[in-house]
Amino acid sequence: MLNVDFIKNQFPIFDRKINGKRLVYLDNASTTQKPQMVLDGLLDYYRTMNANIHRGVHTLSEEATEVYEGVRIKVARFLNAQEPAEIIFTRNATEAFNLVAYTYGEQNIYSGDEVVVSALEHHSNLVPWQELCRRKQAILRIIPLTADGQLELSKLPEFITAKCKLVAITQMSNVLGTIVPLEKIIETAHKVGAKVMVDAAQSIAHLRMNVQAMDIDFLAFSSHKMFGPTGVGVLYGKRRLLEKMPPFLFGGDMVREVGPYQANWNDLPWKFEAGTPNIADVIAFGKAIDFMMGLNFKDIAEHDQQLVQYAREKLLQLPGIILYGPAVNGGIVSFNVPGVHPHDVASILDGEGVAVRAGHHCAQPLMQRLKVPATTRMSFSIYNNEADIDVAYVALQNVYKIFKIPTTS
Amino acid sequence: MDLYGEIILDHYKNPHHHGRLAQPSISARDTNPLCGDEIQLDLLIDDQGQILEIGFAGIGCAISQASTSMLSDELIGKSLAEAEQITNEDIYELLGVPLTPSRVKCALLGLVTMKKALTLYKLNRDE
Repeated sequence: MLNVDFIKNQFPIFDRKINGKRLVYLDNASTTQKPQMVLDGLLDYYRTMNANIHRGVHTLSEEATEVYEGVRIKVARFLNAQEPAEIIFTRNATEAFNLVAYTYGEQNIYSGDEVVVSALEHHSNLVPWQELCRRKQAILRIIPLTADGQLELSKLPEFITAKCKLVAITQMSNVLGTIVPLEKIIETAHKVGAKVMVDAAQSIAHLRMNVQAMDIDFLAFSSHKMFGPTGVGVLYGKRRLLEKMPPFLFGGDMVREVGPYQANWNDLPWKFEAGTPNIADVIAFGKAIDFMMGLNFKDIAEHDQQLVQYAREKLLQLPGIILYGPAVNGGIVSFNVPGVHPHDVASILDGEGVAVRAGHHCAQPLMQRLKVPATTRMSFSIYNNEADIDVAYVALQNVYKIFKIPTTS
Repeated sequence: MDLYGEIILDHYKNPHHHGRLAQPSISARDTNPLCGDEIQLDLLIDDQGQILEIGFAGIGCAISQASTSMLSDELIGKSLAEAEQITNEDIYELLGVPLTPSRVKCALLGLVTMKKALTLYKLNRDE
């Protein structure tokens, strides 16, 4: 069982008021709040060990380097990667997808090849592949969904064929909360010799990841969706794949020897980390990993389920409300109030201190499949509880009042 | 909630000049992709450059639809030159409620679409 009060006390943002009301933060799929230890980590770096890393001989630089590389080791353990050299720090998950598209993709995808994604994908795990296919005259294929927002698994053999070279797939939908059965997808992909890149941006704070056990080829996620700072993402890749890939960005740090007209490349992982990295935020991100290591993923999953169930039960008391996606999911409820645009719903909820997101959630193709321009989305985290959902429910009743939607049929 | 006064809600529920025109002089469409608001605007303009009729259709939040409805009331009988003079501030005044930055785009969608229509109309005339 998660001790929500104990957890919540570690997050200073909950001290502030929104429009005079207590902050009910239900927009965790967009970004998560930060515990004090992460904030302390950020400030401590600048206060006590700020120096550029990797080449300094002086004390500050050595200390900063040790802590920075120490975070890499932590991330490797967190994902159960084979070694820290398989962990590359990027700016965010989006950059990680682009990195793979521009290096592995350019090198291995050719005319007539197929890249497979799902209809659930966030733009960051869709648009880079659209463009790769356009550049290389490859074909993008999209695995369809069932009526309740799961992947049409029966269609997998139709989509993942011998022509498929890469499957780029989300582990958890940021709109519907759908948890995708990766094992099945990876098994099918590997049978035909295709590689798999997993979008773990949503799932990383909800599901325990084990890249070796799942035999994942590439994985991307962002620090800011797991209680860490913005500006840091992680690309995981199997060593033997990363070794063969050319660099993405060029410059300092990713080189070994440089002459006036040519250069050669540094070892992994630094081959893919050009220029001074986001040292401070990587170090703060390390504190977020520590924070998550103190939690039990079983408790988190149980908590997610409990809140989703409670929210759905309450929302279904509102006449005509439409819920999207599976009832059992990773902690997200997307919905629409009949006759009221999500933007208006979100504004009214904001007036009561409730933060939700309204729009297409960077998944326009999914919205097109759902045949709606936008939804309102509640997304839960470890510091949310049923009281939060109760406040949101009352605010939704207010939406009905304001827009004069009949509450009795 | 300050934003959703009677006037705005009335314009949202019963938008004025709603529905496409049968024979518009010019049409334009614009969207607010951030949140899924869309306006399609038709204008009927006479030879003297006066706006005779307006029709709009769209999906979107109460602010975007209401402001377009209010704007269309303003445009009827105006000349093209007068229509071009309408500013963002005029729209804010019509709505009469405080807008956060994210809602400003919603409020201005109708105006942006109208200005697009005027530009297209002038381009067609010049050809």
